[in-house]
Amino acid sequence: MATYAAPVPQVAAHRVEREARGWTSWLTTTDHKRIGILYLVTTFVFFILGGTEALMMRLQLGTPENTLVNPVTYNELFTMHGTTMIFLFVVPVWAGFANYFLPLMIGARDMAFPRLNALSYWLLLAGGIVFYASVFWNPPSAGWVSYPPLSGIQYSPTGGQDAWIYLIHLTGLSSLIGAINFYATIANMRARGLSWGRLPLFVWTVLVYAVLLIFALPVIAAGVTLLLTDRRFGTHFYDPNAGGSAILWQNLFWFFGHPEVYIMILPGFGMVSEILPVFAKKPIFGYKAIAASSVTIAFLAFLVWAHHMFTTPIPTVVLIFVMMSSYLIAVPTGVKIFNWIGTLWRGSIDFKTPLLFCVGFIALFIIGGISGVFLAVFPVDWQLNESYFVVAHIHFVLMGGAVFTVFAGLYYWFPKMTGRMLSEPLGRLSFWLMFWGFLATFLIQHVMGLDGMPRRIYEYPDVGNLALYNLISTIGAFILGLGVLVTIVNVARSLKVGAIAGPDPWKANTLEWFTTSPPPVNNFDVIPTVRSAEPMKDYRREIERVTGPREPASVIAGAGTAGPAGGPAA
Amino acid sequence: MLLALAPGAFAFITPEAGGSPNANSIDDLYKIVLYVAAVVFVVVEGALGYACWRFSRRRHEVAEQTHGHTGLEIGWTLAAGAIVVVLAAVTLLKLSSIRNPPNSDASGASLASAGGALYADSEQKPPPNGKRLEIEVIGRQYLWQYVYPGASNRDGLGAPYSYEQMVVPTHTTVVLDAVSMDVVHSWWIPELGGKIQVVPGYHNFTWFKIDKPGLYRGQCANICGQGHARMIASVRAVPPAQFEAWLESQKREISEANVAAAKTRAQLESEGAEKP
Repeated sequence: MATYAAPVPQVAAHRVEREARGWTSWLTTTDHKRIGILYLVTTFVFFILGGTEALMMRLQLGTPENTLVNPVTYNELFTMHGTTMIFLFVVPVWAGFANYFLPLMIGARDMAFPRLNALSYWLLLAGGIVFYASVFWNPPSAGWVSYPPLSGIQYSPTGGQDAWIYLIHLTGLSSLIGAINFYATIANMRARGLSWGRLPLFVWTVLVYAVLLIFALPVIAAGVTLLLTDRRFGTHFYDPNAGGSAILWQNLFWFFGHPEVYIMILPGFGMVSEILPVFAKKPIFGYKAIAASSVTIAFLAFLVWAHHMFTTPIPTVVLIFVMMSSYLIAVPTGVKIFNWIGTLWRGSIDFKTPLLFCVGFIALFIIGGISGVFLAVFPVDWQLNESYFVVAHIHFVLMGGAVFTVFAGLYYWFPKMTGRMLSEPLGRLSFWLMFWGFLATFLIQHVMGLDGMPRRIYEYPDVGNLALYNLISTIGAFILGLGVLVTIVNVARSLKVGAIAGPDPWKANTLEWFTTSPPPVNNFDVIPTVRSAEPMKDYRREIERVTGPREPASVIAGAGTAGPAGGPAA
Repeated sequence: MLLALAPGAFAFITPEAGGSPNANSIDDLYKIVLYVAAVVFVVVEGALGYACWRFSRRRHEVAEQTHGHTGLEIGWTLAAGAIVVVLAAVTLLKLSSIRNPPNSDASGASLASAGGALYADSEQKPPPNGKRLEIEVIGRQYLWQYVYPGASNRDGLGAPYSYEQMVVPTHTTVVLDAVSMDVVHSWWIPELGGKIQVVPGYHNFTWFKIDKPGLYRGQCANICGQGHARMIASVRAVPPAQFEAWLESQKREISEANVAAAKTRAQLESEGAEKP
């Protein structure tokens, strides 16, 4: 290959076409990186909206028998909050990161279907606009799970519920098309040498994310279509007065809804598995175990949906089966956590902001996983279900889990996307505010639930310590919000004045760091060849081999300080 | 076992209990899970914290380039599996005391009878001797209604009922048969056991047996519309004799009210007939 002499010697730099500029170029783009940025910016806007709704709810609950918002508004707030965070933030934010980084990480020049990719994004935006347009009329108020008959035409006569249905359809279509695109890209467009056993773990989890979406989304699409025809075209699928079943909805919704939980968390798992080795300066511990546990979780995710329905009238044998399958899912999840701790073990950990968010995620996710075990024990769930204990659990896995990994990814990949570093002090401040704010908000909610406070109530009486617990939770929520705000300031500031990052500021392992920051339109002039699971480490080693011996370890570690340095001994 | 020694100090991290044996069994089961969880929590968070402290760049300059350890992988997979098996075994052992009601005490209400068959497809077992007081719980936006046995008419009408507050006899096994008139509700009195979803078109069951007279509070636990937060419920347990007296007075009041209503209706109808 290298011996071939071209007849006209010339160096082809980046593509000769002039880069598209101006705002119209963002509307017409099919570049996976620009679509990725569109996804990330859009989903973060929805994150802010959903967060604002959460803070309004916490304000209302700050004191007992508060009259700040009325019950109708409160129901609209928690419906908007849940729906926004799940369908317009956590699920699509992974599509954003995957769009930007998946082709880069596997050494591809774009996604398999760039136009479909653009369509996915615009469908997402359409779904979000349709949903939020309802704010100007009557927003939906039946909760993000929208159980009929409450979500039926008789009890929710306004168009808000229909807007919710269209949101599910549009974002579902968006995710489905995106998932097929990710799958096709991973299956067909990997660089030379990038075998399945060398695939970055983030790519592995995006693969599982895509497969889960492909299997789960048609079910919810069918479910909401039946709801729509019940509401508007006179069918009775969920109407018990005409032979329909209200529990059918719960089965369809949760058959999608539980895999959805893993759809929301698995790419975060993958991201953590990328970031930990970089900052612990040590290969990932148990690559195969982590990849295999993702696949196992995906399989089990389809067997556990009825654990959301433990209090419905279902036979004991089903309860026992679902309890066992829910327990089983704790095993691969535990394996991941042990492997992450194994990765940190005997490493040389550099506590940069991305790593802080990863460690914070692990610490919080352990709590979310453990509270999940309580909920899997179905007689215990009969006490805890639909109480604030469940609210605490879902936020430990989705906010402490997924959102902390989103922030880890943001701090880790921001230099690649913009060419500039985010500020470390602001990053650390943001992390600690978010971490302690999160704990203050949600740890105490377990106790509220155990004391008998149900979820989705706009007011509560001043009995026991409920008023104190709720006040702590409200204060925590605002600290958490402040932490998010610090990151927004950090991003806005660093876009202008952040230190120039260069192609590989973290000395990372995967191919996205091979190219410039931000990458050119075609990503790579020469597609790199992959020889291991850590291709960038191979390249750095090769460069060192050519340019001279490696510096002593103590210099590399930046330990210019005097005194007894800890050796490699354990 | 520190938690077992100081139950009061840890009451805030355990569920409400104390009203009924099933609630107490759930509480016991919860505590077993809590002990296991506490150990797992301390070990795993401890390992994470230790790793972050001991292997920070300052204390540990050179990272060890290891890729994994098959023995460890198998070990912790089996350990996690073992914990899961233990928890499942404990749950199954405790299950019958939570799901299946005991007999009423000898001092229980005489109204507890074997009559009124539970539904054929019901998962709710009756107590061993079959005698229980069966109360129908009807959920509707935003009010709970309770219908007691003792219908006067052959078609089942005329049974005494009450709203919001359920009055029950102590030392008596009470089985609740819950239905909904409109949307999905959830019946939950924390001190008397777990909740059941009340779904239109379905029957769902639970039970309790209260020894201590008193008032037990709860509320609807499943979002059911704008009045959800105010859909409260309570159970007042009174000695059996007092319960029977209350039931009689309730019956009398209802029939008096019905008579009065019929009178008013007749009057209104006759007025309406005169007018045009």
